[in-house]
Amino acid sequence: MKSEHLYNYILGIADNSLILGQRLGELCGHGPSLETDIAGTNISLDLIGQTRSYYQYAAKISGENKTEDDIAFLRLERHYKNVLLVEQPNTHFGFVMGRQYLFDVFHLLLLKELQLSKDETLAAIAKKGIKEVSYHKRFSGDWVKRLGDGTPQSTAKMQEAIDDLWPYTQELFDMTDSDTAMALEGVGVDVSKLKKAYYKEVTDLFELATLEVPQSTYFSRGGKKGVHSEHMGYLLADLQYMQRTYPNMQW
Amino acid sequence: MTGTQITIDTHLLPILGQVSDPEIPVLSVLDLGVIREAIEKDGTVYVKLTPTYSGCPAMDVIGDDLKIAFAPLGKKVEVELVLAPAWSTDWISESGLQKMEAYGIARPLSESADKDVLLAGAKKVICPQCKSTDTHLVSQFGSTACKALFKCEACLEPFDYFKCLK
Repeated sequence: MKSEHLYNYILGIADNSLILGQRLGELCGHGPSLETDIAGTNISLDLIGQTRSYYQYAAKISGENKTEDDIAFLRLERHYKNVLLVEQPNTHFGFVMGRQYLFDVFHLLLLKELQLSKDETLAAIAKKGIKEVSYHKRFSGDWVKRLGDGTPQSTAKMQEAIDDLWPYTQELFDMTDSDTAMALEGVGVDVSKLKKAYYKEVTDLFELATLEVPQSTYFSRGGKKGVHSEHMGYLLADLQYMQRTYPNMQW
Repeated sequence: MTGTQITIDTHLLPILGQVSDPEIPVLSVLDLGVIREAIEKDGTVYVKLTPTYSGCPAMDVIGDDLKIAFAPLGKKVEVELVLAPAWSTDWISESGLQKMEAYGIARPLSESADKDVLLAGAKKVICPQCKSTDTHLVSQFGSTACKALFKCEACLEPFDYFKCLK
C-alpha cells in the first residue's frame, strides 16, 4: 500500500460524511414538511457523493482489489472512524438541524484547509465539497436560528438539542496518529488548530439564536478510534443489510 | 467556458450531442459542459466527465448512456470522472441556457445576484413562464441537487431555479 496513514486519513474524513449521510437518508419521506424533507435528502446526497470520491481514492491506493462498495459496506463497526456526533440518532427536527450545524461548521473549516493539501486528489474533492457544504451550513444555521429564536417551545427544544449534542463536539479536534502523520507531510489538516474558530463561530450563532452556550465540561470521544456509541451497530445493520444478505449484489 | 481547455474529437460531437442529461432531458451533455475530453483511440472512446454535484446520480446514468450511444458504432467507452477544476454553471452553453428556460427552469444568475436571491430574498429570478421578476424562494433545495424551488407571484406557478455554482 502506498501509505497506511494516507488510507486511514482518507477514511477518517469520509466516514463522517457516510454516516451523517446515512442518518439524513433515514429521514427521507419523514421530514416535517416537503421542503425540509427534500433538503435533508439533498444534503445526504451531497455527503454520500463526497464519500464516494474519497472511497474511490482510498480503494485505488489500498493496493488490494478493493472497491468503494467494499469500504462502505463490508467493514466491521470498529473499523469505521467517524466521530460520535454524526452517528447520534434522529430525534426531533431541531436535534437533526443542531447536529447538522455542529458538523457543518467543522466540515467547512476542514475543507477550506484541505483544499490546500499537497495531495491533488484530496484538494480537488475538498474544493468541490466547499461549494456544497457552504450551502448545507446556510440551511442548518438558519434553522438553528429560527427555532432558537422562535416560540417558547421551539426555543426549549433547540436548547435541549444543543445541550445534548455539545459533549460530542470536542472529539472533532482530536488528532489520530494518521492525522498527525499526514498533517506533517502537508497532506492532511491539523484539526486541533480549527478549534478556536469553530467555537467562536458556533457560539456567535447561538447568541443570535438566543440560545445559551452549554456549560458542560464532560466530553465524549472514541469514534475516531473505532469505539462507537450503542447507536452505531443499529445504523450499520441498516446500512450493510443488502451486502450482508446478498453478498456482491449489484444494482 | 472560462479558463479551461476542452478537447473533443470533432467526429464524436454528433453522437455526444445525442446523449442528454437524464434529469433535464432537453440538455445534451455538451450543452451542460460536463464533457471535458473525448478522444478516440483504437476503437475506444476515452471520456473525461466532470460531475455537477458530488452525489449527482445523473453522472452514473450519463456514463451508461454514453456506452449505449457508441455501441451501435462498435466503439467502446471508457469514462473517467475528473473533479478538478470543479464544474461551474458558467460551463453551460448559451444554447443550453435557452433550452433550459424553454423547458421551464430559470437560468442561473450571476454569483452576487444568486446570493441576494438565496440569502436575502431579493426578487431577481425571472419566471420562465411569464417572465415576471416578482418571484420568491420556496425552498433552498429543489428536485435535484442543482436546483432551488421558486414560486412566481405574477402567474402563481412554482418553478425550478438552476443555482449558480462557481
